[in-house]
Amino acid sequence: MKIFALKTVLAGLMAATTLGAAPAFAEKTKFEFWYGLSGDLGERVQDACKKFNDTQTDFEIVCTSQNAYDATLQNTIAAYRAKKQPAITQIYDAGTLDLMLSGAFIPAKKLMADNGYKIDWNNYFGGIANYYATAGGELQSFPFNSSTAMFYYNETAFEKAGITFKPETWEQVEEAARKLKAAGYECPLGFNFDTWAIMEQFSAIHNQPIATKANGYQGLDAEVVFNKTKFVDHVKFFKKMQDEKLFVVKTKQLGMDIVPAFTSQTCQMMQTSIADHGTVGKTLPEGVKWQATMLPVWKGTERKNSLVGGASLWVMAGRPDAEYKGAAAFLNFLGQPEMVQWWSTVTGYIPVTKTGFDAMKANGFYDKAPYKGRELAIASLTYTPTSENTRGIRLGGFTQIRKEVSTSLEAIFMQNADVQKELDQAAERSNVVLRRFEKTYAGQKLN
Amino acid sequence: MEKRAVFKSWWLPVLFALPQLVLILLFFYWPVAAVVNWAFTLEPPFGGAAEFVGFANFKEALSDPFYWNSVVVSLIFATVGPFFCIFIGLTLALAVDRQLPGSGFFRFFYILPFAIAGPAAGMAFRFILSPERGLAASINALSPDLWNPAKYGSHALALVIIIFIWKWSGYTFIFLLAGLQSVPRALGEAAAMDGAGPFRRAIDVQVPLLAPTLFFLLVTMMTEGFVGADTFGIVHSVTGGGPNHGTEVMVYRIVDEAFQGLNYSGASAQSIILIGLIMVFTFIQFRFIEKRVHYK
Repeated sequence: MKIFALKTVLAGLMAATTLGAAPAFAEKTKFEFWYGLSGDLGERVQDACKKFNDTQTDFEIVCTSQNAYDATLQNTIAAYRAKKQPAITQIYDAGTLDLMLSGAFIPAKKLMADNGYKIDWNNYFGGIANYYATAGGELQSFPFNSSTAMFYYNETAFEKAGITFKPETWEQVEEAARKLKAAGYECPLGFNFDTWAIMEQFSAIHNQPIATKANGYQGLDAEVVFNKTKFVDHVKFFKKMQDEKLFVVKTKQLGMDIVPAFTSQTCQMMQTSIADHGTVGKTLPEGVKWQATMLPVWKGTERKNSLVGGASLWVMAGRPDAEYKGAAAFLNFLGQPEMVQWWSTVTGYIPVTKTGFDAMKANGFYDKAPYKGRELAIASLTYTPTSENTRGIRLGGFTQIRKEVSTSLEAIFMQNADVQKELDQAAERSNVVLRRFEKTYAGQKLN
Repeated sequence: MEKRAVFKSWWLPVLFALPQLVLILLFFYWPVAAVVNWAFTLEPPFGGAAEFVGFANFKEALSDPFYWNSVVVSLIFATVGPFFCIFIGLTLALAVDRQLPGSGFFRFFYILPFAIAGPAAGMAFRFILSPERGLAASINALSPDLWNPAKYGSHALALVIIIFIWKWSGYTFIFLLAGLQSVPRALGEAAAMDGAGPFRRAIDVQVPLLAPTLFFLLVTMMTEGFVGADTFGIVHSVTGGGPNHGTEVMVYRIVDEAFQGLNYSGASAQSIILIGLIMVFTFIQFRFIEKRVHYK
């Protein structure tokens, strides 16, 4: 009996393996795509893959989630070292420089030119493309899921507290917070220690550098300077607001992060990604009015464009030529206006091309709820042409630098540490990270 | 002369041992060699010219005040955690070993937490003991910040250690219960006839006879506390090393630097120091504590 069962299983396995290699499938060139999104967003990537495969007779893309951005980068590195890399991989903003210096990829322009696709590279929004381009402007990877930070506020609460203005400056945010507090709201504004909005986006829209050498674009010898800019005053302002209980820390360690705090109406204002727009709309009870607008600036500041966040798609070197044909077809497919619109609709990420955005505008996508307001993310990203301080951040070990800053914010807001002293220490430690990175890539130049 | 059965040829025993040798070589010595290589060089993550830098990676790690902070945090974690794990496991095992009504149920019941993955337990406890919601919120209602692991490093460290104990007490319990069952019943019964109560019997008869098991648990639990997957998993899912490095155990720091920071060289150097530290601890345990353990 047992032997019989074993035989059946073996026979099944044989059948499965031979079927897998059956001639019907052999004509298609398979290639792999690794991505870091998971959950609902991961499912949407699978949908995109399926849409592509349905249109294809020559190629088949195999999409595999690595569950997280950092794991995707990590696994790509391990696979590349073992010469088993996927054809396409999704790398988050902070990993961009590591990829650029790796020499392990095929530049976007080269891939498309080699495979006979004519792409209008100027079609990408400058604020998005420049983050993934060399200092000279050569786009190296394909912008894919892009976002930027927005300011969310609960309009219903604003009305109840008698606030009639929109929070466009931090002075107005403070005034609104005071009125909300007076009206009995315990948490007018919730914030956490994520550096993306409070440091990176703040610095960009206030035209403040994060590091020398044009935020690292002009050389690996850049040094961070965030401890000497308006960012310090901004943190001091947050500290003052926290002391007056107008701004309240909300982290998962305390029990609730900022987005749930906002959607449960515990907190009435927050800064977070446009990618949360869908979640906020779905989670807030019906009848509660809310808005997402551009991040506030300090009064009298000349606003600049905000930075793009999210990830881009890199084509890895060292695969057979046939796979690159498929990869180019897939990336071209993603760039079609209807795919751009579909992706943006189902995820909440912003469209990365001008034609995609125009198509969505023409279709009336942004005119009604729940998508109304998302166009402001594009407005924020394209507010001005990119400049030295707003092009992006090209620093080695940026994940660690973010962590150094976030730890000092934790010390400042949870343990009453001195603002300047903590940020000085974070800067000093960040520079150690940068110097080690420079040494690791000794002799390499950014172009 | 002792009678010994030995193989006549040398290749047969080697052949028998080969599968195990290959596995150890493949999954232990080879990675360790790679780590050693990495610790003395600087190499870009995607590969390329690995530059020999001598002890620079070690110097960098050792000159970082937060590195020493992580050593202290790890020492606290790996001593307090195992101590309570063994203490609680022993107490429960002694109780279950008395074979009172319900013993069978509790024998099963106390092992259960061990079946839960560390990070999952961490997530659950993070909610249960979060300072603003959950159970602890009522404690904080008495006086603010009585319990706030998001604010005080000591509270956060206590929190992760509590989760570690909660999970691993079940593990020590299994071993100690098995150990107790091999203690001859007659000894306990004789002591009882002499008028010794359950406490006295436990302290004077059962615990001394459990010494080999307790020693084994001491070594394995301390190693687990230093480098165990759960030590990393719990810290990662509950505090992320915070607040302000308060719960940054050595193994968390290593994983974070290697996989978040892509600083493989620095992480490798720290791994070697950690391996060395565990060797020293195990040596101390065998040299000084094992002397007091009698196996027969």
